[in-house]
Amino acid sequence: MLEQYLPVLILVELAIILAIAFILLSRLLGPNRPASNKLGAYESGMDPIGQARDRYSVSFYIIAMEFIVFDLEVIFIYPWAVRYQEFGEGTLWAMMLFIFILFLGLIYTLKKGSFDWDTEHTATRKPRL
Amino acid sequence: MELYWFLGLSAVLFTIGVIGVLTRKNAIVIFMSAELMLNSVNLSLVSFSAQLGDVHGQILVFFALCVAAAEAAVGLAIIIAIYRNNLTVDVSKIHLLRW
Amino acid sequence: MESANELLTILPVIIIGTAGLLVMMVDAFTENSRTAYWITVLFSAIGLAVSVNSLFGPTGTSFYNMIAYGGTAAFGAVLVMTGTLFSVMLTREYLEKTGRHIAEVYSMMLFATFGMLVLVQSNNLVTLFLGIETMSISLYVLAGLVKDEKKGVEAALKYFLLGAFSTGFLLYGIALLYGASGSTFLVDIAATDEKGLIYWAGVALLLVGFFFKVSAVPFHMWTPDVYQGAPTTITAFMATASKAAGFVAFILVLSRALPDVRAEWSDVIWLFAIFTMVIGNILALVQDNVKRMLAYSSIAHAGYVLIGFAAATGAAYSAILFYLFAYTLMNVGAFGIVAYYEWNKGLDFTEIKNYAGLGYQQPLMGVLMSVFLFSMVGIPPFAGFIGKYRVFAAAIDEGLISLVIVGVLASAASVYYYIRVLVYLYMKEDEGAQVTLVKPGMLYSVTLVILAVLTLYFGINPGSLTDLLLSFKDAAY
Repeated sequence: MLEQYLPVLILVELAIILAIAFILLSRLLGPNRPASNKLGAYESGMDPIGQARDRYSVSFYIIAMEFIVFDLEVIFIYPWAVRYQEFGEGTLWAMMLFIFILFLGLIYTLKKGSFDWDTEHTATRKPRL
Repeated sequence: MELYWFLGLSAVLFTIGVIGVLTRKNAIVIFMSAELMLNSVNLSLVSFSAQLGDVHGQILVFFALCVAAAEAAVGLAIIIAIYRNNLTVDVSKIHLLRW
Repeated sequence: MESANELLTILPVIIIGTAGLLVMMVDAFTENSRTAYWITVLFSAIGLAVSVNSLFGPTGTSFYNMIAYGGTAAFGAVLVMTGTLFSVMLTREYLEKTGRHIAEVYSMMLFATFGMLVLVQSNNLVTLFLGIETMSISLYVLAGLVKDEKKGVEAALKYFLLGAFSTGFLLYGIALLYGASGSTFLVDIAATDEKGLIYWAGVALLLVGFFFKVSAVPFHMWTPDVYQGAPTTITAFMATASKAAGFVAFILVLSRALPDVRAEWSDVIWLFAIFTMVIGNILALVQDNVKRMLAYSSIAHAGYVLIGFAAATGAAYSAILFYLFAYTLMNVGAFGIVAYYEWNKGLDFTEIKNYAGLGYQQPLMGVLMSVFLFSMVGIPPFAGFIGKYRVFAAAIDEGLISLVIVGVLASAASVYYYIRVLVYLYMKEDEGAQVTLVKPGMLYSVTLVILAVLTLYFGINPGSLTDLLLSFKDAAY
């Protein structure tokens, strides 16, 4: 009964052995030059130490919102793509129109500078009221 | 027979959403409750769709999801604007307009 | 060729959608709000002309029965386009004078109009839902247009939260009706045989969703706040075009999807009509803010329209359509004049006490305000009178005497708060701060004059329009 789980066990063992091996090998073979920069957050990540209730830059939310909106276009494209053979070529142009409209939306957000992370630039831009 | 379990779950979730909208004070929590209402309806739609063997219900779910996303984008923007103006998102403290 | 003909059946939708995208691009690349404005006016005018033309065209369904065209749907498009065109024409000067002229306004208004046009043409609960949501989401944005004005953003928040709440009910109603009938097409729902708990719960939730959107009491809480907080010409847009679209869709759903249970929903609407008329009018009596007063008055008007729904005959539906047309004309006009007073800064010109003595300063504006308010009261010879009369007459034909009595009493009470504005404009002495009103621009005055002339014209000569509306009876119901 439990025999069928043997491959899983082997996999787990392999994973553990490999992980330990990698750590040991890099310890033994790699050069060791500590620097304070190496302890910082990776790339654009945030400093993980501090209050969890800090205020984040609003740009994160804007990106998140745009992600949601553009992400959801896929739920219309995917079913269409699966059944494309039956729907025929006419639907290709309908889908192109759909994507074109989304593309216009993307141009709009680009032009309005919602992807600008350079705060200095956004601050000096003339206020639009 | 199984359909009724899903409908029951959906009704319970919907009620939780309604209660949340009516009792909570934080605008974001109210909005989350409203989203819960929409998603509980999606559950109903999918179970009806499976029961009837008809795909229209599932297509409506796609549209409902999309509407919910658009609503989220607009709603969060409004809530950010509210926060910037009032420094709070507590709806009981936002009452310039009444009667 | 078949599909090209199908596209012609939604021509206003295509025109407005294209215009919306075009304005959005103009805004992105040039930020020239004047250009955006003229494009919007041009395309709205074309859209209005096309939809007026389609009134006389054939009726039928297209896009796999998703869309209905001609008849009631075509007149719904006319209502929406009328409201849009005139509120757009008023919007530019109002926003320029109050220093908030941005091109986004026009693309959002066009997208909202797009949703309304889909809504009035829908023949399926899916298109109906999408139309309502496209409209509502654009309107949330429009309400909170001025990001740093507390009242506007607060209005947007309230509109948004309650709108999302009501969307839940509407969608749940749609889901349950779909489950009970096995289809989302309005005609298939009408053919449901088994009317169990699911069916009735679906009908009830759908009604609740619609009552929210047309602001029937007790689902009206958002209306006064939103109408007061939003920029005034946007309020005119919301109060007319979106209300009219909601009511036309309500007609479509009730007459196409639920005709055989008419006795049941007619009783429910009877009750809601009474509540809406009485509470709307009573609360309007005590308002000191003109925008808020007009908001409550629009709730009261929704009550009068619901009388027509309670009667639910072909004559009643045509009366409702006429009423909505008159309502659109006079409400855009009244809000337009409030907007005009408002841009004369220095005092809060939405408070009625600041209106004292203004009627003589700019005689044209005072006279126009009188026309719109008298029409709202329902005094002949204005269109508001004919609308009210025809709705009441249709209800009497169906034997709803008590409902009509309440309606007449309520509109008698409404005289007080409408005339009160005029009393302030003409009969109160201007005390304290003297304000010199700026002359409105040429186009602004012309727009308002056109609205007043139309109000008067359809009051004196309603025959051609009412005949046309009555002729829809066979096609739509």
